[in-house]
Amino acid sequence: MSRAGTTARDTGLPEGAHPLLRLLPLARPVRGRLLLAVLAAAAATGCGVALLGTSGFLLARASQHPSILAISGAVVAVRAFSVGRGVFRYAERVSSHDVAFRVLAGLRVRVYRRLERLAPAGLHAFRSGDLLARLVSDVDATQELFLRGLGPPLAAAVVAAGAVAAVWLLLSAPAGIMLAAGMVAGGVLVPWLAFARARRSARRTAGARGGFSASLTEVLAGAADLHAFGACDDALAGLSAADRELTTLARGAGSGEGLGAGLGTAVAGVTVWAVLLLGMAAVAAGPLSRVPLAAAVLTALAAFEAVAPLPTAAISLGQARAAAGRVAAVLDAPEPVTDPAEPLPLPAGPLRVVLRGARVRYDPAGPFALNGIDLELCAGRRVALIGPSGAGKSTVAGLLLRFCELSGGTATLGGADLARYRADDVRTVIGGCPQDPYIFDATIRENIQLARPEASEPELAGAAAAARLLPWIQALPQGWDTPVGAHGAAVSGGERQRIALARALLADPALLILDEPTAHLDPATARALTADLLAVTRGRATLLITHELDGLAEVDEIVVLDEGRVSQRGTHDQLLGSGGLYREMWLATRRAAG
Amino acid sequence: MRAVDPRLLRQAGAARGYLAVVVLLGLTVTVLVLAQAGLLARALASAAPGAGPVALRPVLISLLLVVLARAAAVYGGEVAALRTSAAVKSQLRRRLAAQVLRLGPAWLGGQRTGEITTLATRGLDGLDPYFARYLPQLALACLVPLAVVVRVALADWISALIIVVTLPLIPVFTVLVGRPARARARRQWLLLARLGGHFLDVVEGLTTLKVFGRARPQAEVIGRVTDEHRTATMSVLRVAFLSALVLELTAALATALVAVEVGLRLLGGRIGYETALVVLLLTPEAFLPLRALALHFHASMEGMAAAGRVCDLLEIPPPRAAAGSGVSAGVDLRRQDVTLDAVCLAYPGRDRPALDGVSLTIAPGERILVTGPSGAGKSSLLALLLRFTEPSGGRIEAGGVPLSSIATPAWRRQVAWIPQHPVLMPGTVAANIALGQAGAGRDAIASAAGLAGADGFIRALPDGYDTPLGERGLRLSAGQRQRIAIARAFLRDAPLLLLDEPVAHLDPVTAARILDAVERLMAGRTVIMVSHGLRWRGGADRTLALDGGRVVLAAGCLPDATGVPE
Repeated sequence: MSRAGTTARDTGLPEGAHPLLRLLPLARPVRGRLLLAVLAAAAATGCGVALLGTSGFLLARASQHPSILAISGAVVAVRAFSVGRGVFRYAERVSSHDVAFRVLAGLRVRVYRRLERLAPAGLHAFRSGDLLARLVSDVDATQELFLRGLGPPLAAAVVAAGAVAAVWLLLSAPAGIMLAAGMVAGGVLVPWLAFARARRSARRTAGARGGFSASLTEVLAGAADLHAFGACDDALAGLSAADRELTTLARGAGSGEGLGAGLGTAVAGVTVWAVLLLGMAAVAAGPLSRVPLAAAVLTALAAFEAVAPLPTAAISLGQARAAAGRVAAVLDAPEPVTDPAEPLPLPAGPLRVVLRGARVRYDPAGPFALNGIDLELCAGRRVALIGPSGAGKSTVAGLLLRFCELSGGTATLGGADLARYRADDVRTVIGGCPQDPYIFDATIRENIQLARPEASEPELAGAAAAARLLPWIQALPQGWDTPVGAHGAAVSGGERQRIALARALLADPALLILDEPTAHLDPATARALTADLLAVTRGRATLLITHELDGLAEVDEIVVLDEGRVSQRGTHDQLLGSGGLYREMWLATRRAAG
Repeated sequence: MRAVDPRLLRQAGAARGYLAVVVLLGLTVTVLVLAQAGLLARALASAAPGAGPVALRPVLISLLLVVLARAAAVYGGEVAALRTSAAVKSQLRRRLAAQVLRLGPAWLGGQRTGEITTLATRGLDGLDPYFARYLPQLALACLVPLAVVVRVALADWISALIIVVTLPLIPVFTVLVGRPARARARRQWLLLARLGGHFLDVVEGLTTLKVFGRARPQAEVIGRVTDEHRTATMSVLRVAFLSALVLELTAALATALVAVEVGLRLLGGRIGYETALVVLLLTPEAFLPLRALALHFHASMEGMAAAGRVCDLLEIPPPRAAAGSGVSAGVDLRRQDVTLDAVCLAYPGRDRPALDGVSLTIAPGERILVTGPSGAGKSSLLALLLRFTEPSGGRIEAGGVPLSSIATPAWRRQVAWIPQHPVLMPGTVAANIALGQAGAGRDAIASAAGLAGADGFIRALPDGYDTPLGERGLRLSAGQRQRIAIARAFLRDAPLLLLDEPVAHLDPVTAARILDAVERLMAGRTVIMVSHGLRWRGGADRTLALDGGRVVLAAGCLPDATGVPE
C-alpha cells in the first residue's frame, strides 16, 4: 500500500531517542485516544493481510471443486475483512491526527511559557528569524512521533507476528522463519539503514532551514539599505547560497528515502519468493496441498504492506528528532532569574528600593556591566540616571525589573533581598517603560490597554493625555481602534514612544522606571514631554534614564554612570559646578543642539 | 476541481525532465508488477506433488529477476521524485526572495515579514507531496489502471468488467468529497500563517509583556489560537479521510467482489486456477494508483495553498522604479541640479497625502536642512530621492531629465544614505562597509572606516574586519552601527548625501563624536539632512520646514539653525 499512515520502528538509537522520548509524557492526557489509534492501526493492517490470505485460500479451495459450503465461510470473511480494513484505517487516521494535534497544542504553549521565563536576558542566543523557525517548524515537526512513530510500528509488529505464525502453521517452520527474517529485515533493518543514510542531512535540514529563514528575515529587515546601496543582488546571492545548502540537503534526504523504498521492495519480493520456493518444495514432496500454499504465500505477500512505509517514516522520525532536539534546547536554556521556593509577600508601606555595591555581569567570565553601584529609590523621590551608551544604565533597569541576577552586592525591596520575592510580584511594584518598548501588531487601544486590561475609558484617556497622545488619537479617522501595523510601522517613531509611555503611565507602578522615554522624539516634543513627565511623576518614586539633560534641575538626585560605576552624583547645580562627565555631557548637548 | 495549478507548473520549469523520468519509472514498475503477478500465479498453480522448484526453474528465476528489477525501478523513481521537488522548491524560494526584495521597502513596510519567511521555508516544504508524489501519480493514475484492465481482460473479461464499472466511482467520490476539503485547507493555511505572525509578534514583545505582567496570560491566547488551528485542521481531515475511506471501501469491496465471483466460477469449473489467481493479484493494482492519488492529493493540499500564495506574490507587479525602467540617461549630480516640481506622494489607504505639492531645487554642493514635526513628510521626501517610491503627482528632474527616465541603479550610484537605524547584513564587518561594492579592496574599506572613526573599534573586535555581524548587528552598539553606516557612505563616495536623523537616538556625547565624522563626510557633497530639530553644527545653506506634507518655510540660513559656527 502506498502511504497508509504507518511507520517507524526502531529509529531510536539509544542516544537518538532521547528528545523524542521527552515528548511522550505530553501525551498522558490523551492516552486513551492514543491506545485507540494503535489498536485501530493494528486492526486495519491485520484486515488487509487477512483479506489477501483468505482470498488465496478461497481460490485454492474452490479450484478443488468442493461443495459451496466449504468456501462459504471464506466468502463471508473476505467481505468482512474488506470492509474492516477501510473502517479501521479511518478510525486510526482520525484518532492519531487528533492525538498529534492535541499534544502539539500543549507543546506550543510549553515552549512559549519557557520563552516567557527566559526573556529577555536568556534569549540573546536565539536570533528572531530562527526563533520563529523553531516555534513553528520544529514544534510542528515533532508531531511525526504521534502520527507515525507509535501506532504503526506497534501495529506492524503485531501483524508481522500473526503472519509469521500463520505461515509457520500453514507451510512449515523454515517458511515461518524465512518470513520472520524478511519482516525483521524489511521492518527494522531497511528503515534503520534508510534512517542512518538520511540522518546526517536530516539533522542539518532543520538547521539549514533556520539559517535560511534568519538570512531572509535580515534581508527583508534591511531591504531599504540594500536598495539604497544597490546591494540587492549581493544579498540574493547570499540567500542563494543558503538555498543551495537546503536543496543539497533535500536531495541527500531523497536518496535516503529512495534507498529505503528500493531495499524494502527487494526484501519483500525476495522473501515471498523464498517462502514460495520452500512451499513448492513441500508440495512437491507430497505432504502439503496447494490450498495452504496459496494462503501462506499471499499472506506473506500482504504482510509486507505493514512494513512498507516504515523506511519513509523512520526518516521523518529522524527529522522530528532533530527538531525535538532544538525545541529541547529552548526548553533547557538556563533561566536568567530564579524565583525563591518560599517567596515573601510584597512589603506593605511606602516603597523603598536600595542597591548597595551592586554588580552585574551577563557572562560569568565577561566584564561587569555594573560594577558596584549604590542607589536609593523611595516614595516621592525622583532619580535621574545618565551616562554615555554602554555605561550600564539599562542594566540597572533590568536588575530592578528582575530580568537579571546580581553577581555581587545587594538589592533590597522594603529591606528584604529582591531575590526573595517572586519576579512577577516585583514587577507589579516596579514597572514602567523598558528601553525600545515593543509595539504590537494591534490597535492603539490594545497596545495601551495591555498594561491594565481592566482600565476604564477615562483612565485610558488620562494616560494618553499625560503622554501627550490624546489629541492625535482623537484626530485619527479610526481613533483608538487604529491599527499600528507590525512593529508599529504604521505610526511614527515619536508616536510609538508615546504609546509606550501612555502604557507605562496606565500601569501606574509604585516605582516608575522610564528608560529613555524621549529617545526618538524631536527636541521640541522631547522637551515638552520631559516637562510633562516631570509634572506627572512629581511626588512619586521614579527612575528616569535619559539623554535629555533639560529639566533635570527638578529631580532629587542625578546619578552619572560611566563604565558600570557611579562617576558622579548630586543635583544639577552641584554637578554642573563640579566639572567632570556631567558637565562634559551638558556642553556636548549644548554644542550638538546649537 | 483544480487538481493542477497551471501557475505552479509554469514555475516548475526546472523539474520537467525529472518528472518525465519519474513517470517513466512508474510505468516500468507497473509492467514489472503485471509480470510478477503472472509468474507468481503460474508458480502457485503449477505446484503439485512431483512438480517442485526444479521443474519450475525458468518461472522461479524469471520471478526473482522481476522482483529485483522492480526494486531498482522503485529506488530510481523515488530519488527522481524527491529531486523534482527539491528543484522546484529551490526555484520558488529564490524567486520569492528576489520578488519581495524587488517589491522594495515601500511594499515591505505594509507586510508581516514573519509570514513571508514562514512561507518561504515551512510553507514551501509542503510542496514535497505535491511534486514528488501527486504530480507523477496523476500521470500514473491514468495509465496504470488501463494497463491492468487490459491485462485482466486478456485473462478474464467478466472480472475486467467489474473493475471497469467500479473504477469510475473513485474520481466521482474524489470530486464530491474533495471540493469542500480544499476550501477548508486554504483557510487553514491562512490560520497557520496568522499563527506564525502572532507567535513572532508575541515573542519579540516578551520583555514588554513581562513588564506589564501580561506575558503569562499570552500563553492562553497562544493555546486558544493553536486550538482553533487544531479544530480547523481536524474538520478538514475528517472530511478528507472520509473520502479516503470511501475510496478504500470501493477498492476493497471490488477486490472482494472479484475474489468471490472468481471463486464461485472456479468452483463450477468455468475458469482456470491460474487465471483466477492472476485476476485476484491484479485487481487491487487497478485501484492502487487512484487511491494513492487521492491520498497524495490530500497530503499536498497544504503545500498547494502555500504555493498559491507564493504565486500571488510573484504576480504583484514591481514598482516602476525598481524595474529599472527608462533609458539610462547620463546624470552627474556633481554638476547638475535636482528639481522637485509640485511633487505629491499619497500612500494607498491613507486619507492624507504624505507630500502635497512640494517644490524644491537642489543645487550641487548645497546643504539643505529639512525639519518638521513627526509625520511632516521628511522621510517621504528621502524615499522619493532614493526612489523607493514614485511621486503620485508632480515631477522630479535631474539635470532637466525626468527621474523616471534614469535607470534606478545608475541613479542610486549617485546617492549615499545614512538612515536613523542602519541595518547590518549577515556577513563580515568588511562586507557590511562594502555593501553594494563587492569589489572594494581592504585598503579602501579600512580607509573609509578610518574616516568614519570606526577603524579603532573594528580592529578591537575578535576578528577585526572579518568579524561576522549577526541579525540587526546585535553585537555592535547603536553608535558603532552608525559609524559602519557612515563608513559605507564614505566608501560609496556619492555626490548626493541623504541623512535621516543619524544621531537622534544617540546619547549626546556619542552623538557629538559621530557628528564629527558626519561633518567630514559632508565635505564637498550635496547634502539633504533630515532632522526633527536643530542638531547640526556645520551650518546649512538653507532650511526647508515641512508640516503636513507641505513646505511651510523655505529659508536661507536661520540664525538659530546653524549652531556654533566653526
